[in-house]
Amino acid sequence: MDFNPTKEQEMVRKMVRKFAETEIKPIAAEIDEQAIYPYATMKRAAELGLMGMPFPKKYGGSETDYISYVTAIEELSRVCGSHGVIVQTHCALCTWPILTYGTEEQKNKYLPDLCTGKKLGAFGLTEPNAGTDAAGQETTAVDMGDHWLINGTKIFISGGGIADVYVIMAMTDKSKGNRGITSFIIEKGTPGFYSPKHEKKMGIRGSIASELVFEDCKIPKENMLGKLGKGFKTAMTSLDVGRLGIAAQALGIAQGAFDETVEYMKNRKQFGKSLDKFQALAFEMANMYNQIEMSRLLLYKAADRRSQGLPSTLEAAQAKLACSETAMYVTTKAVQFHGGYGYIKDYPIERMMRDAKITEIYEGTSEVMKMVIAGSVFK
Amino acid sequence: MKIIVCAKQVPDTNEIKINPETGTLMRDGVPSILNPDDANALEMALEIKDNNPDTEITVISMGPPQAKVMLEECIALGADKCILISDRAVGGSDTWATSNAIAAAVRKLDGFDLIIAGRQAIDGDTAQVGPQTAEKLDIPQVTYVKEYKFSDDMKSVEVKRALEDGYQIIDVKLPCMLTAIKELNTPRYMTVDGIMRACDPNLEIKVWGAADIEVDLDKVGLKASPTNVFRSFTPKPKGKGVYIEGDTPKEKSQNLVTGLKAKHII
Repeated sequence: MDFNPTKEQEMVRKMVRKFAETEIKPIAAEIDEQAIYPYATMKRAAELGLMGMPFPKKYGGSETDYISYVTAIEELSRVCGSHGVIVQTHCALCTWPILTYGTEEQKNKYLPDLCTGKKLGAFGLTEPNAGTDAAGQETTAVDMGDHWLINGTKIFISGGGIADVYVIMAMTDKSKGNRGITSFIIEKGTPGFYSPKHEKKMGIRGSIASELVFEDCKIPKENMLGKLGKGFKTAMTSLDVGRLGIAAQALGIAQGAFDETVEYMKNRKQFGKSLDKFQALAFEMANMYNQIEMSRLLLYKAADRRSQGLPSTLEAAQAKLACSETAMYVTTKAVQFHGGYGYIKDYPIERMMRDAKITEIYEGTSEVMKMVIAGSVFK
Repeated sequence: MKIIVCAKQVPDTNEIKINPETGTLMRDGVPSILNPDDANALEMALEIKDNNPDTEITVISMGPPQAKVMLEECIALGADKCILISDRAVGGSDTWATSNAIAAAVRKLDGFDLIIAGRQAIDGDTAQVGPQTAEKLDIPQVTYVKEYKFSDDMKSVEVKRALEDGYQIIDVKLPCMLTAIKELNTPRYMTVDGIMRACDPNLEIKVWGAADIEVDLDKVGLKASPTNVFRSFTPKPKGKGVYIEGDTPKEKSQNLVTGLKAKHII
C-alpha cells in the first residue's frame, strides 16, 4: 500500500491545475450564467490529451492509470464542475463501452476520434419513465432485416445535441425485461434523431443536458454495440466507471469551495479579527478538511482497483456516495461561512453549491449507492 | 536543426526569504519550478520544432539531483533529451564558473545550431550565464529577444531585441546564442502524452559529473568562483508613495512643486 502519488499522477495534477486556473477559471461564471457549452476550452482540453487518458495508445489514448484520470477530472471540477462532467461523460459512458464491448471495426471507427477529442461522446439511458428503474426502457429498437429502427425519447442526456457519438439503450424484447435491452451506437445527424430542447438546470449549466428524440430512426445493423440483450449490462458497467468520474467531480467541487473559503476566512474581518480566528468556524473547517481527505482516499482506492483490473463496483459506489455527500456538506458550509457574499454571484461559492447537488443524483442516486453497498454488506 | 535550451530550477516565488544569520536563501517549503524566462526559451525551441519536425531539442541544466523533476517537465512539454550537470565539484559556482561548466557540457554534445537561454533566473537575477556561455563557446549572442524570424535557408535569424527605450533588429548567423524574455511567447502546457513520455522508465535523464564534461576543476565550484557574496539581505520596504491630487495637470504639477519645496528638495 503506497499513499504517495506517482510521478505521473503528480504531473497530471500540476498540468491540469495550471490549465484550469489559467483558462477555465476566468470563464466558469459566464458559462454558468449563460448556460453555454465551453467549446474553446474543451478544444484546448482535447489538445492536451484529457479526452482519452486511460485508454490504449493503439486507439489514440494515453494509457494513464485511473488515479491520473480521476485527478484530472478533480482538478477541472475544482474550478468548474461543468468541465469535469463533460470529460467524464465522454470517457466513461461512451468511449469506455465502445472500447469494452465494441467490435474491432467499431473500435477503429470511433475510438481514435473520441480519444483525441475530435468527437464528443454521450450516453442515453434515462427516459421520462425510466430513471433509477432503468429497466423500464420504452425506447424500442426493431430489427428490420437490413437495419435497426429506433423509436422513443431519452431525457437529461449530458452532451445531448452537442455530442457526435451516442451510446443508446433500447428495448429489443420487452418480454425479457433487463435482458431485452440492447445498446447501439448512434451518430449525430442520423435522420430521425434530434434533440429538440436543452434542459434548464440548477447547476453544471455549462454542460448541456438535452432531450433526445428518435422517430423512425434507421441505423445500420453494424451499429449494435455488444450482444443482443446485453445492453443493461453495458449500461451498468459503464456507470461503474462513470461513478469514479462523478466522485472525482464532486471531490473537485468540494476542494474548490474549501480552498476559496480558506482564502476568504483569512481576509474577512469581523469583530476586529479575521474569520479563521473564530474557533467555531475553524473547527468546522477542520471537519471539512477531513471529510474531503477521507472521500479522496476512497476514490483513489476505487480508481486504483480499476487500474489493476480488480472488481470495483462496490468501491466506486462507496467513493461516489462519500464524495458527493462531502461536496454538498462542504459547499453548503462554504456558502454559510461566506455569509451574504456566499449567496451572490460575485463569488464562485453559490455556483459550487448548485453544481454539487447533481453529484448526489446522476450516475445513480445516493440511494442507489446505498443499495449497492448494503447489498454487499448483506449478501 | 539542433537546439540546446539552458534551463534552471528555481524557487517558485518572487519574494524569496533570506536567512538573516547565514545570508542564504531559505528554500524550505518553497516549491521549485522551471525558471519563467527559461520556459520562454524552451517554448521558442518547441515552436521551431512545430514548424520543423526534424528539430532536436536538448535541455541542459546545472543543479542538485532534484532538478531532474524540472527536466522531466521539459520532456512533458516536448523536449527530446535532457542533461543535468550535477556534481559536488560544481556546487556553489557563480555565473562565471557555471558558464564554464555549461560550455564544457555543450562541447561534449554532438554539435548545435542554436542555443536559447532565458534572460535571467528569478532567484539570482544576474542575466549573465547565457551571455558568458556564448563567449566561452565563441559564438555570437543576442540578448532580450522578443521576436524572431529565420531566413529561408535557416542559416540566420532576424531577431528583435528589446531595449528599455525601444528595440533593435539584428540579423545573426547560426550557430548563436539567444536569450529569451517573457514577451517572446506564452509557454505551452504539458500534455498527457508528454507526461507519459517523461514517466517512461526507458527515458533516462543523463546526469553528468565534472569528469563527464571534462572541465578543469579549478574553473568550477565555489572556490573557483570570483564572485563573493558579501551580504544578502531583504531590503526595507519603501514608505508608502504619495498620490498627487489635482483636477488638472497644471494643478497637479503645482501641488508636486509645493510638496518638493516643502521637503527642501528644490
